Amino acid sequence: MDETKGGGGSFEDRLETARKKQGLDAVGGPKKSGPMDKSLGIGLRVGVELVSALVVAVAIGWWLDGWLHTRPFLLILFVLLGGAAGIANIWRLVKPKG
Amino acid sequence: MAAEAHTIDALGQFKLTTALGPLGASVNFTQSNLMMVISGLLILGLMVLGARPQAVVPGRLQALAEMAYEGIRKMCIDQIGDEGKAFFPFVFTLFMFVLIGNLLGLLPFSFTYTSHIAVTLTLALTVIVLVTVVALRIHGLHFFSYFFPPGAPVLLAPIIVPVEIISYLSRPVSLSIRLFANMVAGHVMFEVFASFILMMAASQALGSFGVIGAVGPMALNVALMGFELLVAFLQAYVFAILTCIYLHDAVHLH
Repeated sequence: MDETKGGGGSFEDRLETARKKQGLDAVGGPKKSGPMDKSLGIGLRVGVELVSALVVAVAIGWWLDGWLHTRPFLLILFVLLGGAAGIANIWRLVKPKG
Repeated sequence: MAAEAHTIDALGQFKLTTALGPLGASVNFTQSNLMMVISGLLILGLMVLGARPQAVVPGRLQALAEMAYEGIRKMCIDQIGDEGKAFFPFVFTLFMFVLIGNLLGLLPFSFTYTSHIAVTLTLALTVIVLVTVVALRIHGLHFFSYFFPPGAPVLLAPIIVPVEIISYLSRPVSLSIRLFANMVAGHVMFEVFASFILMMAASQALGSFGVIGAVGPMALNVALMGFELLVAFLQAYVFAILTCIYLHDAVHLH
């Protein structure tokens, strides 16, 4: 085989140079999904994340109240906690990666 | 049909009826179950027939099967890390089941099983139980440190711990409501605009202008179909990627 042609070296090296020459490998790593795709996905998630934390908190508060006969105080407490959890959910969704 | 066109029955389409005649009726086999079986067969058929040719240059079916397989596999490894390979079959099954369910629902005379919260909540609970079991198995009781992030002031524990627990428990709820609500909303919009077409075309006051005007909602429904195709893909994708993110949390904690 002609080792000098195509940069020489192992088969893997030659394959890589050939692929580069043909533009088969995307430059700069794999292609990321577009900003539109990403923001649409986040937009669809945000509202539900906020509400679902509140739903769970109200359910827990209501159930604990019925069990401990403290209606409505634990419900009030858990609505506040649920709101906080909803905000925490959204913060986790949008916070800068690092 | 024209006489009854003055009412919009947007939610009637989600009613469960029994399928497969008297045999199905005796065991309460609904059209929802029938669609699930059909989607299962479709997925199985796609993967079996798609994998059969094993051509270097794939045909259409093989390309589709490979795209789905490699796409989800890459997502698993990207999101979870190397451990993601172990969870790939689970995530792939979930993704395909939701995707085919969403897409089948767009066909006329079909039924969208993902438009029932009973179905989506079952899927979401399966995910969350798996995630919790995986986390407990890998980290043991150390898993409970997940509810108190390291570095947070201990004084704040009475607030942070309940908030984190609620946040954790809200995952299956948000996962199931998102899919269910998107599917219901899309199909309700189809029904409403379709009713508008009938109402305008049958209107006595508008006469033949009504028929021309009916083109409006008709065009809207055509555009809506394109949008719903996007939503069907996107919701299946979001369901799968969230499963991956939760699994990542379970495997790595924090």
